[in-house]
Amino acid sequence: MLPKPKKIREVYFDHAATTATDKTVVKAMTPYYGDIFGNPSSLYHKGREAQTALNNARKIVAELIHAMPENIVFTGSGSESDNLAIFGTAYAHSQVGKHIISVAIEHHAVLYPLRELEKEGFEITYVKVDKEGRVSAKDVISAIRPDTILITIMYANTEIGTIEPIAEIGRELLRYRREHNTTYPYFHTDACQAAGYLDLDVEKLHVDLMTVNGSKIYGPKGVGMLYVRRGIKLKPIVYGGAQEKKLRAGTENVAGIVGFAKGLELVQKNRDKESQRIAKLSAYLWQEVNKKINNVRLNGPAIGESRLPNNVNITFENVEGEALLLYLDEYGVMCSTGSACTSESLEPSHVLRAIGLPYEFAHGSLRFTLGKENTKEDVDYMMKFLPDIVKVLREISPVNMGSQQHPKYKN
Amino acid sequence: MDIDWKLEIGHWDLKTMKKNTKTKIKKNSKYDVRSKDGTSGWLYTEKVKDHFFNPRNFMRFGEEKKFKFNGYGRVGSPACGDEMVLWLQIDPKTEKIKDCRWRTFGCGSAIASTSVMSEMIKKKGGMKIDNALKLKPQDILKELGGLPDRKVHCSVLGDKALQAAINDYFRKTKQHNRIMVEGAKIIDSDLKITDKDIEEAVLDGARTLEDVQKKLKVGVSKPDIIPSIEELIRFYREKYF
Repeated sequence: MLPKPKKIREVYFDHAATTATDKTVVKAMTPYYGDIFGNPSSLYHKGREAQTALNNARKIVAELIHAMPENIVFTGSGSESDNLAIFGTAYAHSQVGKHIISVAIEHHAVLYPLRELEKEGFEITYVKVDKEGRVSAKDVISAIRPDTILITIMYANTEIGTIEPIAEIGRELLRYRREHNTTYPYFHTDACQAAGYLDLDVEKLHVDLMTVNGSKIYGPKGVGMLYVRRGIKLKPIVYGGAQEKKLRAGTENVAGIVGFAKGLELVQKNRDKESQRIAKLSAYLWQEVNKKINNVRLNGPAIGESRLPNNVNITFENVEGEALLLYLDEYGVMCSTGSACTSESLEPSHVLRAIGLPYEFAHGSLRFTLGKENTKEDVDYMMKFLPDIVKVLREISPVNMGSQQHPKYKN
Repeated sequence: MDIDWKLEIGHWDLKTMKKNTKTKIKKNSKYDVRSKDGTSGWLYTEKVKDHFFNPRNFMRFGEEKKFKFNGYGRVGSPACGDEMVLWLQIDPKTEKIKDCRWRTFGCGSAIASTSVMSEMIKKKGGMKIDNALKLKPQDILKELGGLPDRKVHCSVLGDKALQAAINDYFRKTKQHNRIMVEGAKIIDSDLKITDKDIEEAVLDGARTLEDVQKKLKVGVSKPDIIPSIEELIRFYREKYF
């Protein structure tokens, strides 16, 4: 085994999986696990206190995304918000049509509900993306049919950080609706990965539904949000009480919602400054890898305007991603891979395949997603070991001898 | 970080070679690796870790030209996620494997399986090739101290490479009658799916007809072959699990 340093530095490069809850967020949440435990639906003062906190959080979130408080539905996760947006629209508007438009590189929280709807007789069109994972607004609009009820396209990609032209699609869609004198199709975007780095103004994006969750914005896990434009009817997926405008029954997660609002407030406040800092760091990471390790390639768009500033996805040719990940973990570095060996289906990442990456390149991919606690020292620490790790694994790998004619064939 | 997972998928019990679904993983274990979608976890044993980080008998750069061998096998491909090359040095008099080298492209468990296999076939003056041909994935698993259910397929390539290398030895020594041809029987003639494919699917974790069909689509268009598919699934399940 390669020599290990005396002191292992913990380097977390998996912020697209989840982020650590910010201390300020935890502080904001704490009272709601203590004295202010009331049920917001109760009329006495303890209930009213909780109700006030809830209203306040709703107001903060609404302002941040340029919406009204009554447009905000709090849920239990990003996945739940996606499910509510998709099933909610599909079931409430199926008499209008049963056609939905999406892309193949969506998160599973979007793809799997769509797959379920397909079984129920809905038709889904997956608009193609280019080799950087970008969809064109024109292609999306031309996929619309008279029976299309929903378009769902993510704001930024989970694995390769591609930023989709949401505002452009939104604008084109407005024109389409005007020209065809219709309110359909509705437009949903999953903004979970984008929330920390991009503008969430729903009026600029022209979206009707938008998903954000807490665990990617230094907020708590177990809280999500769905923005629902006024006048859009959704069929609830949880029935019971009248909470969240009857769209999501269940006593509100007051502490979580307060934390979510705080988290979103903080990341949106520091957005521009932090985006610039992280983009520099990402560029540095890629530059170092590219300089010190041969046969590597960046998956997704070039680091810059069209990519999430915190995402770096690299294929190390002739090495398998899980083996790399295990090695890095021994040195304290945490990241993720698109290799099949870490997936349920034994198939490599659906995103990397959708952008046309050969299987062997998908197997050798690592995703580094940076966050606010990362510094240049983290990158430098990792780069002390990564070149040697790749070298060791390449030595074990037979792939690089692919073109060599072996004595076997000379019999 | 506090970790206290229960492995839903279970571990292999080494004595009985049966799945022990009650295995609990000790708290704060350093050696946890979980699938990224989080629906199932796995854990590598210390032995797997040891062989992964300190692989034995692999062919180092520059050693290819020096290492004397008379059996060579190459199986898998990087596109399917695993590839393995094996070089064997077989003593023609005793028919024992005196030495071997390997290279593997694959995940942690694939690398560890190959490493452990290379030790097994070299142990005690070398394994006789007749015995080596009988080596099964379970034997490698047992030596490794088990692999999580879903990673079992990563150890399958080892015995295939071994068979390929020994066949190569038979070819080189003109013992053509001893070459073992993998008899694959076509089950679904439309899709050219063989019993070997079904075996692989079962090793990959498929347990029911539906599971196998998810992977292979076998018999979807041919209901009349379903009984024979089900019989094969039962056979391989009993063989391996």
